[in-house]
Amino acid sequence: MSTVTSTPAPESPTTGPTGPHRVSSGAFSPAQLVQSLPDAFRKLDPRHLVKTPVMFVVAVGAVLTTVLAITDPSVFSWVIVAWLWITVLFANLAEAVAEGRGRAQAASLRKVSSETVARRLKDGSEEERIASSQLRVGDLVVIEAGETVPGDGDVVEGVASVDESAITGESAPVIRESGGDRSAVTGGTTVLSDRIVVRISAKPGESFVDRMIALVEGSARQRTPNEIALNILLASLTLVFLLAVVTLQPMAVYSGRPQSTVVLVALLVCLIPTTIGALLSAIGIAGMDRLVQRNVLAMSGRAVEAAGDVGTLLLDKTGTITLGNRQAHELVAAPGVTLSVLADAAQLSSLADATPEGRSVVVLVKEQFGLRARSEGELPGAEFVPFTAQTRMSGVNLVTDTGTREIRKGAAAAATHWVRELGGDVPAEVGQVVEDISTAGGTPLVVAEHVIRNGGGTARVLGVIHLKDVVKEGMRERFEQLRAMGIRTVMVTGDNERTARAIAIEAGVDDVLAEATPEDKLELIRKEQSGGRLVAMMGDGTNDAPALAQADVGVAMNTGTTAAKEAGNMVDLDSNPTKLIEIVEIGKQLLITRGALTTFSIANDIAKYFAIIPAMFVTTFPQLDVLNVMRLATPESAIVSAVVFNALVIVALIPLALRGVRYRPSSAASLLRRNLFVYGLGGVVVPFIGIKLLDLLISQIPGIG
Amino acid sequence: MTDTTAGLLQIGLLVLLLAACHVPLGDHMARTFTSARHLRIERGLYRVLRVDGDADTRWPTYALSVLGFSVVSILFLYAFLRLQQFLPLSLGMPAMEPTQAWNTAVSFVTNTNWQSYSGESALGHLVQMAGLAVQNFLSAAVGIAVAVALVRGLVSRGSGTIGNFWVDLTRTTLRILLPLSVVAAVVLLLTGVVQNFSGATTYTTLAGGSQTIIGGPIASQEAIKELGTNGGGFFNANSAHPFEGPTAIASLFEVFLLLVIPFSLPRTFGKLVGDHRQGLAILSVMGSVFAISLAVTTWAETNALGTVPQAVGASMEGKETRFGEWLSALFATATTSTSTGAVNSFHDSYTAAGGGMLLLNMMLGEVTPGGTGSGLYGMLILAVITVFVAGLMVGRTPEYLGKGIRQREITYAALYILATPFALLVGAAIALSSPDTRSAMLNSGPHGLSEVLYAFASAANNNGSAFAGLSVNTPFWNIALGLAMAIGRFLPMLLVLALAGAFAQQRPAAETAGTLPTRTPTFAGMHFAVVVVVTALTFFPALALGPIAEALTGAQS
Repeated sequence: MSTVTSTPAPESPTTGPTGPHRVSSGAFSPAQLVQSLPDAFRKLDPRHLVKTPVMFVVAVGAVLTTVLAITDPSVFSWVIVAWLWITVLFANLAEAVAEGRGRAQAASLRKVSSETVARRLKDGSEEERIASSQLRVGDLVVIEAGETVPGDGDVVEGVASVDESAITGESAPVIRESGGDRSAVTGGTTVLSDRIVVRISAKPGESFVDRMIALVEGSARQRTPNEIALNILLASLTLVFLLAVVTLQPMAVYSGRPQSTVVLVALLVCLIPTTIGALLSAIGIAGMDRLVQRNVLAMSGRAVEAAGDVGTLLLDKTGTITLGNRQAHELVAAPGVTLSVLADAAQLSSLADATPEGRSVVVLVKEQFGLRARSEGELPGAEFVPFTAQTRMSGVNLVTDTGTREIRKGAAAAATHWVRELGGDVPAEVGQVVEDISTAGGTPLVVAEHVIRNGGGTARVLGVIHLKDVVKEGMRERFEQLRAMGIRTVMVTGDNERTARAIAIEAGVDDVLAEATPEDKLELIRKEQSGGRLVAMMGDGTNDAPALAQADVGVAMNTGTTAAKEAGNMVDLDSNPTKLIEIVEIGKQLLITRGALTTFSIANDIAKYFAIIPAMFVTTFPQLDVLNVMRLATPESAIVSAVVFNALVIVALIPLALRGVRYRPSSAASLLRRNLFVYGLGGVVVPFIGIKLLDLLISQIPGIG
Repeated sequence: MTDTTAGLLQIGLLVLLLAACHVPLGDHMARTFTSARHLRIERGLYRVLRVDGDADTRWPTYALSVLGFSVVSILFLYAFLRLQQFLPLSLGMPAMEPTQAWNTAVSFVTNTNWQSYSGESALGHLVQMAGLAVQNFLSAAVGIAVAVALVRGLVSRGSGTIGNFWVDLTRTTLRILLPLSVVAAVVLLLTGVVQNFSGATTYTTLAGGSQTIIGGPIASQEAIKELGTNGGGFFNANSAHPFEGPTAIASLFEVFLLLVIPFSLPRTFGKLVGDHRQGLAILSVMGSVFAISLAVTTWAETNALGTVPQAVGASMEGKETRFGEWLSALFATATTSTSTGAVNSFHDSYTAAGGGMLLLNMMLGEVTPGGTGSGLYGMLILAVITVFVAGLMVGRTPEYLGKGIRQREITYAALYILATPFALLVGAAIALSSPDTRSAMLNSGPHGLSEVLYAFASAANNNGSAFAGLSVNTPFWNIALGLAMAIGRFLPMLLVLALAGAFAQQRPAAETAGTLPTRTPTFAGMHFAVVVVVTALTFFPALALGPIAEALTGAQS
């Protein structure tokens, strides 16, 4: 069976960013800067700094100039020294703030993972009480109502309702039972009723909650492939500038104007890409954090980056594209029956039908025919017939003085068979209507009656109820956006090809995988991948595990089995299938933020050159004053202004790094144009203004101005 | 006809000729590298060389072949230069001094053709033809082969192989360079370039003095010298010599020859990747940088910027009157933008702004349009860097033509960007720090700095043109510039081939609306910005102390 039928359909599309109960890190506030300051100092440890080559060079420069300032003090050198250290601190601060935002979430999770007592079964029957930390994989433990689940595992015996709000933030209890796709329990959750036996599947310290804590704290954060690649580019740019600055000295000596080491270090620090170097790890942490805020846990940063590259989305029909259940769409009366008679019968037969389909019939009749739903008390003598798998019909028997009226509603084959059995005729027109509805992808329900009067009875078909899948509102626009982003959507469903096509056309997806088996899904993923597309999918059942593992981005629902969660590289705590689209957007936003700040950082250098180079050599070559386009007051204030600007821009961009660059789904070409304009051109212009303004201030300092 | 009209007509004619050849030559080159058929002579050669002409190799094999072939070529040429007095047609020239022979051997094998000797007074005909001219063909062919290997890596469907060096080398030489040179040599003969086997002939001049005039196989040398973006002149005066560049038409044709392959290779690229617009995007970046550079140099020269030119009203020092300022500026821009290094006027005498622009052309890394092959691969590396940053800005991990740019790929590309500035700046810094070399400089102040920068820019970027003003035939300069040439040639090539190998192992990703389009004007604009900004940021401090300081002095006075 495919996931379509096993997916619990959320009643409404929850596309909101956060679950109601989770700790959200919320918006950035300046107070976070102050709180993170101690951490920023702690990160001055060289072993930490060396991980970011760009900032390491700044730190080495700061140490070097400090020594020089001590041996040969001047206001200018001390100001430069101070601001070089501030630059390093600001970079540490950016990372510390990003990490601090995850810490509150980690704290609340840590309560969940605290030690509990486990009742381990020895030899399958005898119980012993041990600490949860002593549990080993494969141990069987008993959990009863009111007790906390001691570790991750699968239910092997019994069924229980479990409160998982500690992890998911969702307060409604969920059912966990042995076998099937609802067997996984998570350590730290609470059993509310009944008794279950669980086989432990994770070592203490490596449980789901432990991994979540490590993730949100950023302690387990590994640099992602693209982040490493970008770091290499930044390191080599740093080398280029190091080369340019180191070789400048012999040329300066030749030109009769040797430069002080302090000035050369200042030039180097301004030129190397400190802005992006300082913010790079904060961007990565914040990207993961944004996922956590949406209740998605990525087991690797690699998966988050891959999400940005996804070319094909596999979406389950039910719950993602359509509302969970089919709904009554229209009534078609049989020949010789008026619509109002049909509507009345349809309503009567559905009154006791608690399924969503049944309720939708009552609603339709009320809306289109103004028939108020009658309660059972208004119908004395009514005997309701529930749906059974044998009859495949439900209905009502109305006993009046004159006789009995039996009304049935059910699958076309069952209902027409019932009428024929009772000696009634089924008009050809009805068969045609049933056929048409099926072709259009809907489900026909036939309404029939059997009236028994004076010992004789007549049976006839009254008409057909057209049930159809209702595509969620806004899905068509969503798919159009995805198409613009270059992402192909494939609807996966267990329905037959004809039904699936009809829904696909209505929803606007690009392709359909009908009557999908897990093998079909796996094959589809492989086919897309061999065509050079990355595939994202969501699943929950054990039989989804191979496909989840094969997909580049495999999101397992938290309601799913342990196998599914192990196979995927992300877990959605809300188990909301629409989440895939958000995950893709977050992945893209992460990469865009990196690219935009890199561009900005490099574009900044142009203004810095115009500030520093004339300042360095204007005494030897007065004609170079032409290059001082910002008309900075003195050589010293020009250099200090550039260094101060360089440091302040890091702090100014921390909120952007944490929030991410604004992302609107659109084509690559238009994204590029927009971001080039904002961050490329902006990166060229902003520092000219910033350095000039700083110079106006700094030139007032005696000894510099 | 005024100078301006003539100059504009010359540029118009040049553009017309290049445009006419772009498609047929580009397509011919693409066919050369995709054809499965070997010519009979090629099959014979492969048998003699014991090469399997149908073998498809991975990058280490390809790179070893390139390096092995180049090392053997250097040793062979070195021996040739050291032993020439024992060889026929030596015209009685003695053996070349060891450091100069090293410099010359490296220079010709690296397609630099820096000459610290005077061709007419140091080399006999056999060395010129069998030593230098052969390398003029082969070094150009090696460049094209490496560029094609990179393109193969980009279009590979994951096989990991990037072609066969020996086949690429043979085909480039036999199917592209040889036929074109024959045609070019004939045209050059028609325009008045000399071709004979005479040695020195002494004449009595009208005034009664005696003059020695040297002939030789000049037209044949001249053709491949330009066509292969080599630039090593038969005469010390290079294309300014009346036997190498007798008329304005001859000189203009030489400009055409040195631009035609580099400007046609983007078409080859487009053809090989199956999308001509990809090639056009590369061509537009090359072309626009070239056009801007030409405009600046021409403007500086024709307006005679600077104290002395202003005083005399023209900037004709070091230029030939038969070429004038326009054609000289055109030749100078073309030769410094293509890693050729041939000259029809003397760059040292250019105005500070004009000379600075020529220096900048080389510092751009010889990519606009660059040397044969090296221009294309340099441009593609810069495209990879551009894609890396731009690709992130569209929310995807970067990819170029479907090939991901990840850790390995960006490492090779970044080191490539580092290699040439390293050779250039470190070389210049060492030279400036050494008191010995300071004495080799004829000028002091910013102009002296420009001369040293120019020498190392020329060597590291395998251009080979000289700013003059430096006495470079000393052991230090011969060895240092030789090293700069070798590093500037082989380190980047190795990285290009490693990158080709990394790309070749990848299966291409599908192109969608979410893929960064690399054939649009937006991308070309960003590519242009990366080419200019990366160079400007690297060399701005050095340029500020050299040509910029010099030019601004002129502007102020």
